[in-house]
Amino acid sequence: MENTSEIKLTVDEIWAILDTIPDPEVPAISIVELGVVRKVSIASNVVTVNITPTYSGCPATERFMQDIRDFLKINGILEVNIVMQYSPAWTTNWLSDEAKEKLRVYGIAPPIDGTEDKGFLFQSGPKVVPCVKCNSENTELSSQFGSTACKALYKCNDCLEPFEYFKCI
Amino acid sequence: MTENEHIIHFLYRLGDNSLILGQRLAEWCSKGPTLEEDVALTNISLDNFGQARMIFSHLAELEANGKSEDDYAFKRNEREFYNALIVERPNGHFGDTIARSFLFDAFQFHFYKELTKSTNDFLAGLAGKSLKEVQYHVRHSGEWIVRLGDGTEESKEKIQESINSLWEYTGDMFATDDQINALTKAGIAPDYSVIKYNWYKTVEEVLYRATLKKPEDGFMQNGSLNGLHSEFLGHLLGDMQYLQRAYPNAEW
Repeated sequence: MENTSEIKLTVDEIWAILDTIPDPEVPAISIVELGVVRKVSIASNVVTVNITPTYSGCPATERFMQDIRDFLKINGILEVNIVMQYSPAWTTNWLSDEAKEKLRVYGIAPPIDGTEDKGFLFQSGPKVVPCVKCNSENTELSSQFGSTACKALYKCNDCLEPFEYFKCI
Repeated sequence: MTENEHIIHFLYRLGDNSLILGQRLAEWCSKGPTLEEDVALTNISLDNFGQARMIFSHLAELEANGKSEDDYAFKRNEREFYNALIVERPNGHFGDTIARSFLFDAFQFHFYKELTKSTNDFLAGLAGKSLKEVQYHVRHSGEWIVRLGDGTEESKEKIQESINSLWEYTGDMFATDDQINALTKAGIAPDYSVIKYNWYKTVEEVLYRATLKKPEDGFMQNGSLNGLHSEFLGHLLGDMQYLQRAYPNAEW
């Protein structure tokens, strides 16, 4: 289906619309804050949105694509060209401090800078992940893998609550 | 044969490695020894399926024959698969699975590290992305090798036996043929001798820490690059492809 009329939105306005699309698994942040949207361009009356997947197998990627189409459709853009961009690879370094704070308030411990598990085999020292409920530093890793590809499981030895940690990658 | 055809052949190898390992690890779903391990193995399975999807989607574009990523996964027979033999080995007990994972994850780590240097944009991008995930995989399996090896007498005996049994399948991970060699020369595929050297160093380090013995190199099983596989692959595919074969063109 072609756009029958000229695209009336600017690139900035499209970015603003995309910034209202929540991550389905972590609705506290948008896909723009997550760093999934890499580029928005308009050429020859066609809107192109470049996105990058977070983890290779992340099932939310399909949902992002559908949401991008739906949200832009509501705003009069009937056809979107979505381009999957693998390079540069998505990294948690792209999350802003505001986005990290939103994660923490939501109940997910945000990624801690400089602890990217490049620690290939026994090389990275222990990092302290503060408990999202009580802020204690007396926490421990239960598993490097959690309910979704991007999260690890921790537990707090003070308040005894489990919580998830958004892994550095 | 053209360079493009060589790349297609190479991509089948990569995609099938991830797909078959993903399928094996998925078999642990709801059967893990602990909840955390159930979650870990299935998460790693998902990462592998994700890599397979990236590769098969790209293959579909290159071959431009109207196929989808699903067709590649579900509509080929055993002799059309090019995965390394080690990934189709059965899960066995947890130690067997961990040994298989470690030996292959260590390969994937060094393989992707070298592949990031590829002059082919897609391959370099795939490698950069996958390497980040495989780092977590090899940490998981490597740390378990140490726990099991330097564990109880029973765990040590079992994991040593797992590694001994799998050793003859390790050579096949590094297999190349004229097509892949041509790609290596062109800077598109990595140099497998470099990968092998680095793999040995990693495996030796981990086995040493685990107080385990590295098996002697002997006869190595081979043939996967020619589509020759063990009987196990047939059963795996029978399981994986059942739904698509029984209900052709079914959609969610």
